[in-house]
Amino acid sequence: MKKLKETIINFLDNHISIAFPAPAMITLFIVVIFPIIYNIYMSFSKWKIGLGSPKFIGLQNYIDAFSDPRFWNGLKVMFLFSGLSLSLEIVLGLLIAVYFNKEFKGSNFIQTIYIFPFAATPVAIALIWRIMLNPQIGVLNYFLSLFGLPGSLWISDARTVIISLVLVDVWKWTPMITLIVLAGLKSLPKDPYEAAIIDGANAFHVFSYITLPLIRPVLITALTLRSLDNLKEFDIIYTITQGGPGIASETLYLYSYKTAFSFFKAGYGSTLIIIVFLLVLLFNVALNKIRYRTEVL
Amino acid sequence: MNKAKIYKVLFYIGMIILIIPPIFVFAWMIMIGLKTGVQNIEYPPLFIFKPTLENFKAVFQQHNFFKYLTNSFIIATFATLISLFIGLPAAYSIARYKQRNLSIGILVARMTPFVSYLLPWYIVFRKLNLIDTFTALIITHLIITLPMIIWLMIAFFEGVPIELEEAALIDGCVRSETFLRIALPLSKNGIITSAIISFIFSWNQFLFSLILSGPKTRTVPVAVYNFMSYGKIDWAGIGAAATIIVFPVLVFAFFVKNRIVEGLTRGALKG
Repeated sequence: MKKLKETIINFLDNHISIAFPAPAMITLFIVVIFPIIYNIYMSFSKWKIGLGSPKFIGLQNYIDAFSDPRFWNGLKVMFLFSGLSLSLEIVLGLLIAVYFNKEFKGSNFIQTIYIFPFAATPVAIALIWRIMLNPQIGVLNYFLSLFGLPGSLWISDARTVIISLVLVDVWKWTPMITLIVLAGLKSLPKDPYEAAIIDGANAFHVFSYITLPLIRPVLITALTLRSLDNLKEFDIIYTITQGGPGIASETLYLYSYKTAFSFFKAGYGSTLIIIVFLLVLLFNVALNKIRYRTEVL
Repeated sequence: MNKAKIYKVLFYIGMIILIIPPIFVFAWMIMIGLKTGVQNIEYPPLFIFKPTLENFKAVFQQHNFFKYLTNSFIIATFATLISLFIGLPAAYSIARYKQRNLSIGILVARMTPFVSYLLPWYIVFRKLNLIDTFTALIITHLIITLPMIIWLMIAFFEGVPIELEEAALIDGCVRSETFLRIALPLSKNGIITSAIISFIFSWNQFLFSLILSGPKTRTVPVAVYNFMSYGKIDWAGIGAAATIIVFPVLVFAFFVKNRIVEGLTRGALKG
């Protein structure tokens, strides 16, 4: 018995670089890779969930997607929602971080408050926003009226629904970007700033010629981190509008979910999921390229 | 008043403006929960009113929230513990032996859309008769917690000075002992941080429970969502339920706030 134990420990030690990661990697393979392969296979098939068995139809689903107006709508909504929310979150996150980047009483308090929005359960927060965005009795229109501004229809109007969802996403995630950038700013070297002050540079020059180039890698990483979730935003949109009114806020990702789980078209749903996955991948590869280039410069 | 003082006052005014949005939404959530159904649909919205705890009582007594809280707690705890158990050695190995290929695998796991897991897992779990069981939900939550813990812990293990482990090896420790006796204790902070972040993400997870849970294993995000799906929206109930499910997360976040920022930024700053 003792010998067996020793043998196991010896074996572990000699093969530690395989034995240590093996359980996690095997688990990941089963929980992650198997579903991906299943989806790829399913994307070449036609199958109504619950009826018969999947039939191989080659590229037909992909061809169908390109002539499906709802697919193009989903793509458009996805680009609008993600484009607007990601750029607002990065710009606001950066500006607020620069604002708070100094020693002051209450900086600890700011940090606490800014953690709450992105830690809080998305579904719960989205429901509260849904109540606040109510056009008749919601508190947001009340605030607008206090300033003498006309109320908005928010999520009830196809023209304002995406911007309303962007508002919620920006509220939830800008604080995270702020905290990441703030930590990045604190770790920047002091010398360039001292040199700039001696040279008589103003605040705007300091920001655009020193802070911005130095903080760029952090910004790009924050964007990468954020885009992983943002391009696949589900909870907020599903809870607040479910893609409505009509399909005005139905992202490609939400459409893929509905295709599989409301219309029970498993094959076509998988095709749409694969396309979302490829878009996320593409975006990340592109970001990685940009980051690499900034590091070379 | 001199110039410096004016700047200071302006700075604090700006600060107040910048913290109103996060604070107001949470305050409003609690206020919705403390108002009666009638008070909630009054216009202009009521800011001063006599608070009632009836909604909170109803959430527990009529909507059985204690059960959903327990369910979420069980799932998040087990998913986190399993992820720590198998994820820590993996992260250690990736950090020490620079196994880049493995870390790319983890990135793939983070990029894959969650919807793509639903159908294959639904089919498998139905075959195994596991729909509406904790086993099924814990397994799917590993999809979130395991990559997250490994990804965070790689950075923490890289911060453990290798010299200490080399010294231990010379003293006759074997490799797995240096992991248990040196690397793990030295990264205690990192382990607590990644465990809490993992717990929060599992607690907040909505999509997997939406499809794979049932009356027995329903988690809190689905339970609060259901306040809306009976045709009429129960505002007061939503306010109370949302407050209850957000509260533990905020408490957690509050106690480890420095470490959460550190955990999130570590990845970002290292790139």
